[in-house]
Amino acid sequence: MSITVKFFARLREQVGTGDVSIDTAKNVQSAWDQATNGMSMPDNTLCAINMEYVDSTEAVSDGDEVAFFPPVTGGCYAQ
Amino acid sequence: MPSEIRSKAFDPWKETQDYQCNHLSAGKYGATASFVGTMRDFNQGDDVTSMTLEHYPGMTESYLDKICDEAKQRWNLLDCLIVHRVGDIHPNDPIVLTVVWSAHRKEAFDACRYLMEELKSRAPFWKKEGLTEGHRWVDKNTPG
Repeated sequence: MSITVKFFARLREQVGTGDVSIDTAKNVQSAWDQATNGMSMPDNTLCAINMEYVDSTEAVSDGDEVAFFPPVTGGCYAQ
Repeated sequence: MPSEIRSKAFDPWKETQDYQCNHLSAGKYGATASFVGTMRDFNQGDDVTSMTLEHYPGMTESYLDKICDEAKQRWNLLDCLIVHRVGDIHPNDPIVLTVVWSAHRKEAFDACRYLMEELKSRAPFWKKEGLTEGHRWVDKNTPG
């Protein structure tokens, strides 16, 4: 088993890849550290496990999909 | 399905009419509230020539469905619809459509606003603007 780590939008560009596979991680922060080779996580980063929002302290299990992305900006931008 | 992601341009008025014809019972709804978000050609004082909308396939659809379900639990609605663009978008293209059908107007107005505000704060979409020179990510949505 392994853990799939995904990056979206600006984070994908900063990390340089959209998809990384790692062997194991104790939590979301640890998955980030391994997948980015120790880059610091931007303060406003949102995290998800298996497509549900979680905190960076959340535990990760084998087979999970962990995702990192910036604040979301969908919809219109009309005031 | 009450929510759909589209990679090509859509006509929000035709979507509304088609959904209403196919899913709503004539005589049961007294209020239809809709919101259409359209791409502007300016933002933060700059000309914007194009935009690319990225999403998280699977999670985005799941959150749009969740938001529709929450609105139906919170208000007495007959149905609701969300259609959202992804991919390359140009000024004047519709970006998002939210529609709510109910017996009375208050529920329709309130739920339609709720769909948009929740979508903007929770559904994983990201905008990258094409400017006259270069591109930039939109860091945060403007307040409603």
